[in-house]
Amino acid sequence: MAPIIELRNLTKRFGKGKETVTAVDAVSFAIEPGETVCLVGESGCGKSTTGRMVAGLLDPTAGEVLFEGKSISKLDSTAFRRYRQSVQIIHQDPYSSLNPTQTIREIITAPLLRHNKVKKRGDAEGRALALLEVVDLTPARDIIDKYPHQLSGGQRQRVAVARALTVDPKFIVADEAVSMVDVSIRVSILTMLARLKQEFDVTFLFITHDLALAKYFAWEGRITVMYLGRVVEDGPTQRLITDARHPYTQALLSAVPEADPELAHHKRQIELRGAEIPSLLALPPGCTFHPRCPYFVPGQCDVAAPPLEPVAEGGRVACPVRKLEHISLLV
Amino acid sequence: MAQNQLDWRTEDNSTGKPPLSLDNVHVGYATRRGKVQAVRGVTVDLRAGESLALIGESGSGKSTLGLAIVRLLPETAQVSPGVIIYRRDEREVDVLKLTPNEMREFRWSDCAMVFQAALNAFNPVLTVWNQTFDTAKAHGWHDKRAVLARLVELLQFVQLDPKRVIDAYPHELSGGMRQRVLLALSLLLNPQVLILDEPTTALDIITQRTIIKLLRQLKEDQHFTMIFISHDLAIAAELADRVATMYAGRIVELGTSDDIFYRPRHPYTLGLIRAVPTVSGGFEQLFSIPGSPPDLINLPSGCKFHERCSFATDRCIQEEPELETVGLNHTAACWNWRAVEEELKLNPLHRGALNVLDPSIILAEAA
Ligand SMILES: Nc1ncnc2c1ncn2[C@@H]1O[C@H](COP(=O)(O)OP(=O)(O)OP(=O)(O)O)[C@@H](O)[C@H]1O
Ligand SMILES: Nc1ncnc2c1ncn2[C@@H]1O[C@H](COP(=O)(O)OP(=O)(O)OP(=O)(O)O)[C@@H](O)[C@H]1O
Ligand code: SF4
Ligand code: SF4
Ligand SMILES: [Mg+2]
Ligand SMILES: [Mg+2]
Repeated sequence: MAPIIELRNLTKRFGKGKETVTAVDAVSFAIEPGETVCLVGESGCGKSTTGRMVAGLLDPTAGEVLFEGKSISKLDSTAFRRYRQSVQIIHQDPYSSLNPTQTIREIITAPLLRHNKVKKRGDAEGRALALLEVVDLTPARDIIDKYPHQLSGGQRQRVAVARALTVDPKFIVADEAVSMVDVSIRVSILTMLARLKQEFDVTFLFITHDLALAKYFAWEGRITVMYLGRVVEDGPTQRLITDARHPYTQALLSAVPEADPELAHHKRQIELRGAEIPSLLALPPGCTFHPRCPYFVPGQCDVAAPPLEPVAEGGRVACPVRKLEHISLLV
Repeated sequence: MAQNQLDWRTEDNSTGKPPLSLDNVHVGYATRRGKVQAVRGVTVDLRAGESLALIGESGSGKSTLGLAIVRLLPETAQVSPGVIIYRRDEREVDVLKLTPNEMREFRWSDCAMVFQAALNAFNPVLTVWNQTFDTAKAHGWHDKRAVLARLVELLQFVQLDPKRVIDAYPHELSGGMRQRVLLALSLLLNPQVLILDEPTTALDIITQRTIIKLLRQLKEDQHFTMIFISHDLAIAAELADRVATMYAGRIVELGTSDDIFYRPRHPYTLGLIRAVPTVSGGFEQLFSIPGSPPDLINLPSGCKFHERCSFATDRCIQEEPELETVGLNHTAACWNWRAVEEELKLNPLHRGALNVLDPSIILAEAA
């Protein structure tokens, strides 16, 4: 079977002339049906831009997105409509993604009717109630007549998920979907999303800057790490977390604060050569991590951009210097 | 001496009386709907040289408590009842009775606060140097060269290049650089206590680590007395000697960092810890806390956590528990803390890769 989503040299530039930035630079990876992939990296590395292109909300400057093996730029209008319904996106901010003047009933039933997902008008309400229960908004009858401002942040995010489910998606891009939700209720939303994987065969691209969350959500899946628009490393989550090879991945993992005093005090401290992330307007030549990388090899790393190459333990690493070296991040 | 050592700090804070003592502090906000009871009777001593973390969900009153200490609450807020005592050397002051002028002095020279959303704390039209010198002048320090020398020293301490930063406007600096400038500025007038509200929130991971390292240095090398306010448990685990969990305006548990993370006795603390993943170590199952925090205008009866608590019994609905001793230097406000202790014997918090063992379990098993 073809991957449900595949990115081939996906590239996005913004701006004109001297002010052009390459927010996403030749990103390639495939997601199989049922797989969970997390896209991680620091602010501005191109995660959301990638997610928006996958969901068809933004046109790539170069490269392509394939849906079930077909380039979405080549789909006819019926097939394109089917793709747009099959691939949904959930945004970080449930406050701004829901229309404040509509009740939850209107928010959920409108897409059901617009896309003919129910046979008659009267069926829409029943379907809406069922979807609210799917996302654990119970009792659904108490929720359906409320307005978004009458719900908590976590409840609003659940409404956003229920709305995405109205069109029977096969693929959901969850862009920082729980970042604004209080820690005490995050897990219940992740659990609910994980259940959708099982019950509705939804495949997830989960975008987050929080590596611990990525580890938890995609423990059986994969993580892709981006830096300044490029993929620097990807692989099965358990390999990537315990045996990261790219110096940037290692730096990120070692920098993450740990909610456990013992772990916090046993983390290896990786000293970078430079603290600041370069601007996308003035990217360093070669490996863009080289001005900060502790393993920098002059004459090599600053000359050619290193290719993403497979490693035996699974996944790919864009660092010819370090791709075979294991280091432990706990000391 | 290493470049980023501060050589001006001579006081040894590691002994002596607590620099801050809060006694039964209440803060209410007047709103059209009624009074928001944001802080409801907080009693705590901040020990000399310690770092205390205040953790808890959004809205639990953490920032309000910090702002009450430096008296920067909005006019709709009222602090009463409650007493806040500050001590330095032989001096002892009742913070809530200071005049506005004394308060301004106190805020910079005794107890400085770095605010949440610090990025907005700058005046956008002033350079870093102008903001610094304005602040110094406002405190009667007009010696330009001395102020400049001090600023350079502080910027180096926070690992910024003074040449690049001094004449910069806030918008020319990245978020992490601004946070470090603010930290440097807060140290300008040699305070004894630092209150940091969400010092790393909204910063990138690698920048967070830079800030954490700096704060560890302040703590370990300079023996600063600090309060960290954060919704992020990891900040407490990384930086705190003691941790206070806040819920609905109260401290519901207070103990050493190890007690709180490995031997919590309050169901809410336990719930928070079981809800947060670590990145190192194996996979652990996480659990969320059902429901959401209470409305602070119409608080539930009894223990304010009872609607969300799996340990709740009838008594919890009737009576609100006070902090009681549950171990050495460890207090919790829960009628059923022994049930939590039992639960942890059955399902210990084997966190991370190190599987830190609870000594009380080893002792119990040996007996
Ligand atoms: N519409 C746009 N016009 C111009 N530049 C843009 C636009 N959208 C994104 N960018 C730039 O592209 C880069 C990547 O942005 P993107 O939002 O994809 O990053 P991100 O990884 O999602 O970051 P964050 O973690 O902050 O959400 C950034 O430098 C951003 O400023
Ligand atoms: N100016 C104000 N007027 C009315 N209510 C307020 C005001 N400021 C804060 N509150 C309320 O007081 C309570 C405590 O707020 P506070 O900001 O202290 O919480 P916090 O623990 O710092 O939360 P966060 O993690 O979101 O920063 C909240 O319910 C909040 O809505
Ligand atoms: S290619 Fe060179 S600079 Fe880039 S990560 Fe590898 S060692 Fe570091
Ligand atoms: S007092 Fe009762 S309701 Fe409150 S935390 Fe303890 S067990 Fe739970
Ligand atoms: Mg984004
Ligand atoms: Mg706050």
